Amino acid sequence: MPRPLTGTSPPLAIEAHGLVKRFDDTLAVDGVDISVPEGAIYGILGPNGAGKTTTLRMLLGIIDPDEGVRRIFGHDRPHEIARLIGYLPEERGLYPAMKCDEAIGFMGALRGLPMDEGRRRGRELLENHGLGHAVDRQIRQLSKGMAQTVQLLGTLVHKPKLVVLDEPFSGLDAINQGKLEVMIRDLANAGTTVIFSTHVIHHAERLCDDVAIIAGGRVPYAGSVDVARDRIPAQVRLETANGDGDWRSALPADAGHDKKAHGGHFWTFPVPDSGIEVLLKRLIDGGAGILSLSIERAGLHDAFVEIAGEAAARALDEDAAGETV
Amino acid sequence: MDNASRLPLWRAALVIARRDFTAILFSKAFLFFLLGPIFFGAISIGAGALGAKAADSADPPRLAVALSEAESAAFADAHSRLDDAVRLPAIAIITADEPREPDVLLADTSRNFGAVLSGSLAQPELSGTQERLESWQGEVALLASQAAGGDVSALPEISLQPTATSVATTRSVQTATATGAITLLFLLTMLLAGMVLSNLVEEKANKIIEILAAAIPMEAVFYGKLFAMLGVSFVGIAVWGGIAGIILSLGSAAMGPIPVPAVGWPLFVALFVTYFAMAYLLIGAVFLTIGSMAPTVRDVQTLSMPATILQLAVFFLATYALSDPGSAVELFAVLFPVSSPYAMVARAAQSPVLWTHAAAIAWQLLWVAIFVRIGSSMFRKLVMKSGAGGRAIKGRVGNSKSAKA
Repeated sequence: MPRPLTGTSPPLAIEAHGLVKRFDDTLAVDGVDISVPEGAIYGILGPNGAGKTTTLRMLLGIIDPDEGVRRIFGHDRPHEIARLIGYLPEERGLYPAMKCDEAIGFMGALRGLPMDEGRRRGRELLENHGLGHAVDRQIRQLSKGMAQTVQLLGTLVHKPKLVVLDEPFSGLDAINQGKLEVMIRDLANAGTTVIFSTHVIHHAERLCDDVAIIAGGRVPYAGSVDVARDRIPAQVRLETANGDGDWRSALPADAGHDKKAHGGHFWTFPVPDSGIEVLLKRLIDGGAGILSLSIERAGLHDAFVEIAGEAAARALDEDAAGETV
Repeated sequence: MDNASRLPLWRAALVIARRDFTAILFSKAFLFFLLGPIFFGAISIGAGALGAKAADSADPPRLAVALSEAESAAFADAHSRLDDAVRLPAIAIITADEPREPDVLLADTSRNFGAVLSGSLAQPELSGTQERLESWQGEVALLASQAAGGDVSALPEISLQPTATSVATTRSVQTATATGAITLLFLLTMLLAGMVLSNLVEEKANKIIEILAAAIPMEAVFYGKLFAMLGVSFVGIAVWGGIAGIILSLGSAAMGPIPVPAVGWPLFVALFVTYFAMAYLLIGAVFLTIGSMAPTVRDVQTLSMPATILQLAVFFLATYALSDPGSAVELFAVLFPVSSPYAMVARAAQSPVLWTHAAAIAWQLLWVAIFVRIGSSMFRKLVMKSGAGGRAIKGRVGNSKSAKA
């Protein structure tokens, strides 16, 4: 019986400690720690070049870490449990001359599924995902999105317990991204652990229970999405008719201020320690002329900026902007 | 093995081999492969003719003179007188204590007799293959006339005794067979090694290699690819062999008796296929290892150049060695792992000794095991470090230490 690295519960699908990978003089991954509970949807969030793919490749045993340990379902040699894992690499690849069901069957065969059974399941999966008409088509005859779906189905055909997806949303249009999100949720609902990497925050924010934020080969934060967001106090967004008055003393000195063309004033600042009721009373008594007031919880993007720094956040935004969303 | 573990090496290799075998068999490339013998045949015939000519030049067939002692001396005297003026075949005088029957002399593998002159100077008889008789009868008549002290205007009538073959003819044809076999072996392995290499590079370009790396041992990919191409080549050889068999059986009457390689046709074919498999596995392992290092087609061309030059060197070495059986060069060609299959297939055509083939196959198997073991190990280490499956540094974040995300 493999010994768990930690005594945590619930059981972990993936646990990695101190993973380090160098390529020549380049430090690609620098001491990554990750713990993914069984059945969770886990995101690895970071800009291109942060070390996401290298980390996933180490977790899967495609490359060995220079330092550190990793265990998948308690096994420290991931290849030993290859049949439990499904993997969609960032660089999508299929044999262009293969028919769709053949391609899915082949990917199943690599994970120990008999070829005939793989093809049968492949036809079933294609049918269930609206690609029944493409069963006998060659991969080279498919659109990019369809080919990507076929590869994803090939990743799932052997019913893995752990699905690892490297940038799964990359290259998909908005409709297919939505379908993929549904598929990921369905997998998790069926008890499958899903770990995916992304540089698009809203995918991680919408789907993940836990995330690892990665930048420059390091993971400065790994844990619950909620906890990450709560690292930043909730923000008050206030719109006033007046720009000045006694009431201003109720606002923090460094509150963000933006004067709008129509005359309104916008203010942004953390919820004060004294509470929102006290603030409201002082604004009303001071004649601020409140036009609107809302309290907004910090998003994962804010948390990312706070945790990984502005440079990493800018890179993340640039990568996301480069994607068709 | 439980339901979680990955496929065992042999089963994973089988999955890859099955995929590659089917894909190649139903590809256009295989059709071109099947057409290959047309080109190979043309080259082999040319090379075989050159080989036969080279063999004739190195050890020209001689005329055995089996006349009475006095007439033999007169014939030799006439030969020495005319040799400077007329191009004559070399002669060997058969002494009284030697066997004198033409059939025996023509079958003597230790002496390269093209024809035998018997009877007397007045009524000479010339035995040999039809081709040789037609070639030499004029010269023999001239020599007989001179030896008898006669007039060149009244040449004796020579009784021609055609035989099916002679040692000289057989040796010449066996040399041509050896050269043709070496050429065919070279072209086949060259073509297949190139195909296996392009197949791997295409796989890397299609980004499939990472899927394979995540699911099965990389050694299985190596073995699967190597043996799938071997299987494809066996199908090709079976097709060609079948067609050749049909042509030979239909046209045997028109073609006359076909000279037999030293070990006989069935064994020669079996040995050719065995040596082909050895030669392919040795060079295929080298090419696959090269392919694992090469990220692009251009890199493949650069990296495979030394291996291609090695193949050419081996071809020339084996071709050179076959003209001098038993020499140090031939022995080196037999022992050097990469040239051994070539040198041994030539031996199968030229020498009936069989134990050397058993020893050579064992020796080559050992080297195949070494090449494949080292090749697969390097393949596993290198294939994910190059091309699309490998890292591509995009470092941008942090302290520029990051690699591919």
